[in-house]
Amino acid sequence: MITIQKYVRAQSLEEAWQLNQNKRNRILGGMLWMRLGKSSINTAIDLCDLGLNTIEETEEAFSIGAMVTLRDLETHNGLNSYTNGAVAHAVQDIVGVQFRNLATVGGSIWGRFGFSDVLTVFLAMDTYVELYKGGIIPLEQFNNMKKDNDILVRIIVKKAPCKVVYTAMRAQRTDFPVLACAVSCLNGEYRASVGARPARAQIYRDENKLAAGAVTEENASAFAAFVAENAPTEGNVRGSAAYRTHLIRVLVKRCMLELGGI
Amino acid sequence: MEIKLKLNGKAILASVEADTVLLDFLRDHGCLSIKRGCDTSNCGLCTVLMDGKPILSCSTLAVRADGHEIYTLEGLQAEAEDFVGFIADQGADQCGFCNPGYVMNTIALLRENPDPTDEEILAFLAGNLCRCSGYDGQLRGIRNYLNSRKA
Ligand SMILES: Cc1cc2nc3c(=O)[nH]c(=O)nc-3n(C[C@H](O)[C@H](O)[C@H](O)COP(=O)(O)OP(=O)(O)OC[C@H]3O[C@@H](n4cnc5c(N)ncnc54)[C@H](O)[C@@H]3O)c2cc1C
Ligand code: FES
Ligand code: FES
Repeated sequence: MITIQKYVRAQSLEEAWQLNQNKRNRILGGMLWMRLGKSSINTAIDLCDLGLNTIEETEEAFSIGAMVTLRDLETHNGLNSYTNGAVAHAVQDIVGVQFRNLATVGGSIWGRFGFSDVLTVFLAMDTYVELYKGGIIPLEQFNNMKKDNDILVRIIVKKAPCKVVYTAMRAQRTDFPVLACAVSCLNGEYRASVGARPARAQIYRDENKLAAGAVTEENASAFAAFVAENAPTEGNVRGSAAYRTHLIRVLVKRCMLELGGI
Repeated sequence: MEIKLKLNGKAILASVEADTVLLDFLRDHGCLSIKRGCDTSNCGLCTVLMDGKPILSCSTLAVRADGHEIYTLEGLQAEAEDFVGFIADQGADQCGFCNPGYVMNTIALLRENPDPTDEEILAFLAGNLCRCSGYDGQLRGIRNYLNSRKA
């Protein structure tokens, strides 16, 4: 249960940032995750008047505002044509349409949740985070930073030459993933982003060039085995560590074969 | 705080606390079709349309409705009547508690996609949980309704 004393629609990022420096104030995303916790919030800071609810596409990049919803990601033609539907695929089992109309990109990326399908898919691409004070930094760097009181303004997906495939294992549709997996060939290099291990997603690059050249059954298996050996897993209510490691082997290989059109 | 919104087509001016959720606000304004199920954004029982989009009123602050248009089942009876009989004919509901949320989301689905496949129906309604049925009756009812429109 949360209580809120005051609600403010910030009229500038500076105003939102100033308010957010007080530990008892909180930025509101879709509020879905926040509501599950217990907290007594002094001022809830809404970014809804700041025009951060759009996805802008240029020749070079997609610029995705913090208040864009997961449903916007799912239905955006440009983003899904660039990713061959991987972004829609990543979010489409997150609870339900009504939920995805509320949950924001800002809250999802800021939260750096272990189970996050959203973080997992964007880590597989050439993605950056724009922070109000921290500037533009790679998502991978942001993912490993400690939470502070900055504001996530938008994420930027550069249109690097990239093919990406997403898959997740769920015990049942709309539940949290047991394992989340996105594999891409980005600027000619294969990488796997593996989340819900259950720790937050990390990138595993094909540094030994196991999958160099065209994808085959053999090199897909070799890269999958490499990722499974290097990605730490743990057990929780959704699955054991051994099961997750097994899933990594299977899902990374499947993604590789799909990437290779096999 | 003062908020101004349109509820089921009527302009409303009201005073709310910063942490009042839309669900409570709407029930206080006579919209008793809206049910609190899980209160953790999982079940879809509290579905309403905000600016035409289905959202969860249990997890939305009433102040966030300021300047927006909200529809509940009370305001969409005619649109619902088109298909609810087909669902009832299947005996799909048992306790019926999930029904208003289900109907609201079906309205949203049919506005967005007037001729969905079974898979599209299941995907769109996946966020509406029913503790009594196995969803088959609801699916058959919607399918029969869609078929009747084509006949
Ligand atoms: C029941 C449930 C099931 C879920 N299942 C899944 C799932 O299967 N897969 C999945 O990927 N995700 C899942 N999620 C997570 C969900 O998709 C969202 O990522 C999550 O709710 C956070 O998004 P939000 O918009 O609700 O953020 P909020 O809850 O509003 O915010 C989360 C945190 O981020 C901060 N914040 C928000 N926006 C900003 C910003 N712009 N700058 C700085 N800080 C900010 C807030 O202050 C807060 O601390 C689930 C969540 C719930 C509640
Ligand atoms: S009561 Fe809102 S989703 Fe369950
Ligand atoms: S009929 Fe009882 S919850 Fe659906």
